[in-house]
Amino acid sequence: MLGLYLHRESAIHRLPAGAKLGGLLLVTIIVLALPGAWGALAAGLAGATVLVVAKLPIGRVLMELRAPVAMLTLLFGFQSLLAGGGWEETAVAIARFAALILLATLVTLTTRVMDMVDLFERLFGLLRPVGVNPAKMALMLALTIRFIPLLGEQVREVRMAQRARGVERNIAALFVPLLVKILTMADDLTAALEARGYDPADSGSQAATKNSTQR
Amino acid sequence: MIELRSVTHAYGDRPVLHDLSLRLAERRIAILGGNGSGKSTLARLLNGLIVPTAGSVTVDGLDTRTEGRAVRQRVGFVFQNPDTQIVYPTVEEDIAFGLKARKLPKDEIARRVTGALERYGLDRYRHQPAHQMSGGEKQLLAIAGVLVLEPAYVIFDEPTTLLDLRNRRKVIELLRGLPQTVIVVTHDLDMVKDFDRALVLEDGRVVADGPPAETVPAYIERLG
Repeated sequence: MLGLYLHRESAIHRLPAGAKLGGLLLVTIIVLALPGAWGALAAGLAGATVLVVAKLPIGRVLMELRAPVAMLTLLFGFQSLLAGGGWEETAVAIARFAALILLATLVTLTTRVMDMVDLFERLFGLLRPVGVNPAKMALMLALTIRFIPLLGEQVREVRMAQRARGVERNIAALFVPLLVKILTMADDLTAALEARGYDPADSGSQAATKNSTQR
Repeated sequence: MIELRSVTHAYGDRPVLHDLSLRLAERRIAILGGNGSGKSTLARLLNGLIVPTAGSVTVDGLDTRTEGRAVRQRVGFVFQNPDTQIVYPTVEEDIAFGLKARKLPKDEIARRVTGALERYGLDRYRHQPAHQMSGGEKQLLAIAGVLVLEPAYVIFDEPTTLLDLRNRRKVIELLRGLPQTVIVVTHDLDMVKDFDRALVLEDGRVVADGPPAETVPAYIERLG
C-alpha cells in the first residue's frame, strides 16, 4: 500500500493531494454506509475507473493488492469460523476492504511523496498548539517511506552474509548486525540532513513560508 | 577561505586531531591518509557538522561553532555512502529537499531541480525511486542534491570508494568541472594528481602538505 509514485501524464496525477485524500475519505464513508455488496461494487468501479484514467499498469497495481487481500481473507475467514456467519458476509467484507485498499493504493501511486508530505505538514499544523512540530512530522513520514526499501536491502544483505558463513536461520545473528547497521545509518542520516540544510530547531512550517523570497 | 586555528578534536578520551593550523584557499585540495588518520573528522569539522574540542574553524570569517547553519549554506558535503544521504523516495523530490529546507519559492525550486537533473544527466530518472538506481547513479544523485544548493565550497568524503571504474571516471570529470572550491578526502591517488594541494594526515597530524607531485610520493613512501 506504500506503493511508490508512478509517473504518468494523467488528470488523476495532476489532482492536488488534498483532493485525492478527501475523495478517498468520502468514498470510504459511502462504502461503509451502503448495505451489502453495493458499497464494495461502487468502490470497485471507482477504483477501476481511476486505474484506467490514471494510465497505470493493471498487473502491477493488482500485485500490490495480493498481500493485503491474503491477510483480509485470513482475518475474516477466522472471524467467520469462530464467530459464525455465512461465506457471503465474509466475501462482502473482504471485497469492501480490498476495494478501499485498491483506492488507497491508487492515491499513493498517483501522488508524489513530496505533495503528500506538504499536505500532511499543513494538517499537522493544526496540532501546533499542542506542541507538534509539523515540519518534523512531515520529514518523519518522508523518511519512513524512503527507508522501508533500504531496510529491506539491509536485511537481505545481513542474511546473505550469515548464509555465506553457514548460518541459515538465527534471529540473534540477524538482529545484532542489523541493529548496528541501522544505528550507523541513523547517525549518518542525521549528519546528512544537517549537511543538506535541515535544521531540527526550526519549528517553522515549510509550507507556510514556501512563497517567501528568503534565502 | 577556510581557516583552522590550533584545532584539536577528540571523541571522548580518544584524540583524533592534534593542534592543526591550516589555511585552505586553493581551488582543489586533497586530504590523504590511512584509515583512522583523522581525515573524515577533519572534513566534518570544515562545514560545522562537528565542532572542535579546542581551537576554531572559520569559513569566510564565520565560526563553525557559532554560525553552523550559515557555514553549512556555504559548504556542501557529499558523504561516502549515498544511501544515507538520499532523503526522499524519488530523484526529483530528493534534489528538491535542501532547497525546500532553505524555504526557497516553489518556482525557483522547480527551476533549479530541472537544471540539476539536466546538468548531472539524471533527467531520465526524474520520477524513478532512488532505491532502484545503481551505486553510481545514487552517488550522482547525492552530488546533485548538494550542488543544486550552489555552495561556495564542496567537501567530498571518499566519493569514488564505492564506484566501478566507469562511474569513478564520471565523478572525477564532474569534480574537475566544478567552479567551486573542492576539498576531497580520498584514497584515490590518481584522482588528486592535478589538484593544487594535497595534505597528508597521520595520527591526527599533518605530515606532508604541498603540491600532489611532492606529497603523494611522500605519502606512498610513508605507507611503506
